[in-house]
Amino acid sequence: MVENRPWLTAFSHLVVLLGVLVIAFPIWMTFVASTHDQATMLRPPVPIWPGTHLFENYREVILNGYGGKVGSVPLAMTLFNSMVMSLGIVIGKLLISIIAAFAIVYFKFPLRMTCFWAIFVTLMLPVEVRIVPTYGVVANLGMLDSYAGLIVPLIASATATFLFRQFFLSVPDELAEAARVDGAGPMRFFFDILLPMSRTSIAALFVIQFIYGWNQYLWPLLITTKESFYTVVVTVSRQVQVTDAVPQWNLLMAMAMLAMLPPVIVVVFMQRQFVRGLVETEK
Amino acid sequence: MEKRVTFNERWLPYLLVAPQMVITIVFFFWPSAQMLFQSVVVEDAFGGNTKFVWFENFTSLLKEPAYYDSVRVTLVFSFLVAAVGLALSLLLAVMADRIIRGASAYKTILVWPYAVAPAVAGVLWGFLFNPSVGTVSWLLHGIGIDFNYVTNGNQALILIVIAAVWNQVSYNFLFFLAGLQSIPKSLIEAAAIDGAGPGRRFWDIAFPLLSPTGFFLLVVNIIYAFFGTFGVVASLTQGGPGQATNILVYKVWNDGFRGQDLGGSSAQSVILMLVVILLTVVQFRFIERRVHY
Repeated sequence: MVENRPWLTAFSHLVVLLGVLVIAFPIWMTFVASTHDQATMLRPPVPIWPGTHLFENYREVILNGYGGKVGSVPLAMTLFNSMVMSLGIVIGKLLISIIAAFAIVYFKFPLRMTCFWAIFVTLMLPVEVRIVPTYGVVANLGMLDSYAGLIVPLIASATATFLFRQFFLSVPDELAEAARVDGAGPMRFFFDILLPMSRTSIAALFVIQFIYGWNQYLWPLLITTKESFYTVVVTVSRQVQVTDAVPQWNLLMAMAMLAMLPPVIVVVFMQRQFVRGLVETEK
Repeated sequence: MEKRVTFNERWLPYLLVAPQMVITIVFFFWPSAQMLFQSVVVEDAFGGNTKFVWFENFTSLLKEPAYYDSVRVTLVFSFLVAAVGLALSLLLAVMADRIIRGASAYKTILVWPYAVAPAVAGVLWGFLFNPSVGTVSWLLHGIGIDFNYVTNGNQALILIVIAAVWNQVSYNFLFFLAGLQSIPKSLIEAAAIDGAGPGRRFWDIAFPLLSPTGFFLLVVNIIYAFFGTFGVVASLTQGGPGQATNILVYKVWNDGFRGQDLGGSSAQSVILMLVVILLTVVQFRFIERRVHY
């Protein structure tokens, strides 16, 4: 700090603390609601401190879903589906974009720039905008209600390809030269030199794309009609939209907690990679 | 930029780009072409006859008052999300930048909302503002404000703005903080020696140097408000009450899937596509410029 101004420092703490409280408030209230019984949550004002029903609420939603009603799915299943979907998207994205970037940077071939621009323009049209025709294509291919339908259409990503391209361009030419002099083919160079060097970029992308995959809403909402393919985010939102006469807020909020827990864990524990990934994918 | 050293292979590069290209063509170019096609044809309800109608879908869309309502709501919504979100996160970042002790603990909590899905963020705020049990609406009732987002259109709009800003605040905060921390300390110190107080130093040094970051975030926030907030609206208001929160991206889906109006929905998609292209071009022009600074 440039100079010591205790009052200003105290004021800064106050503002940030206030911000943190406001930002944490919804999450705290969700957690609190998930630890009470149904009756308590229907009498305003609802408590602001946790109650004693934590385990039974979570056990109930994980094993039976929301109140065991028709159309309610055990959350364990939806959590599993979300995990399959987000890991599928992350791994698929990383795989296809790292090899595409490798081809674009390390080879000269006709159509190279065509490929580059074709990948580039996908940035221009988020899936939300072209949702109706994309749905049609997936339906024609018979991929509704399948993991492939959840994963494959979302793995073409310009951002990951660009990040790898950017990184490969910064790798010194001497490395490729040395590999070539030593008689290593391109794939050998890729696996033995480039891939190990890309570890930090891969980790950063992993965090960002995992969150992206887990938090998908519109796409899984459209293409899954069978309960066995529901993802957790869609299930929570759907359950809230179907308003009961007497909603079980304790269960709904336990479901919301579970829906946000995995990505929050990833962000909090991989914070360094997360910040790196966030800043770098936007370059 | 080009590599000086490249490998000479005939088929390998094609093999390597093939997966990415196949997926891009099948799930991006094909549907996009269909979207363009559907925006200029009319299909009857049973999908039997397709008639080419030039720009009829567009002209009938532009005659629809509901479309202008949706445009207006979207503009108000994205202006509020961007303005409120940027102002709040700039304030937090400036204050957090001054803090040395405990900064990482604050930061850990401030990055949480980014990990929460927009649809789940909608669920959380819907609970806090629930007309019958919500804590915030109970507090508001205590000071004489009846907050009922289910029936009051303006309040519904306020609520989706709050949820969207909350969801996006971590992103803005992290970029502002990184921007602040990249300002050379010598500049700040020189100003301090010349007698400039903290406020003066912020407005005359930090703020102008942050303007590239701010502009970048403005575009990102507008894109987010336009396209990333579908889940917030779907969880909270479903476009209602009436048309009060029927933002364009929700309307595309609603008309296309619920209303089965493929032509109209595709025409809306094409217009939205133009908006994204415009925003992306602006963003890239700007990034190019920033490199030359």
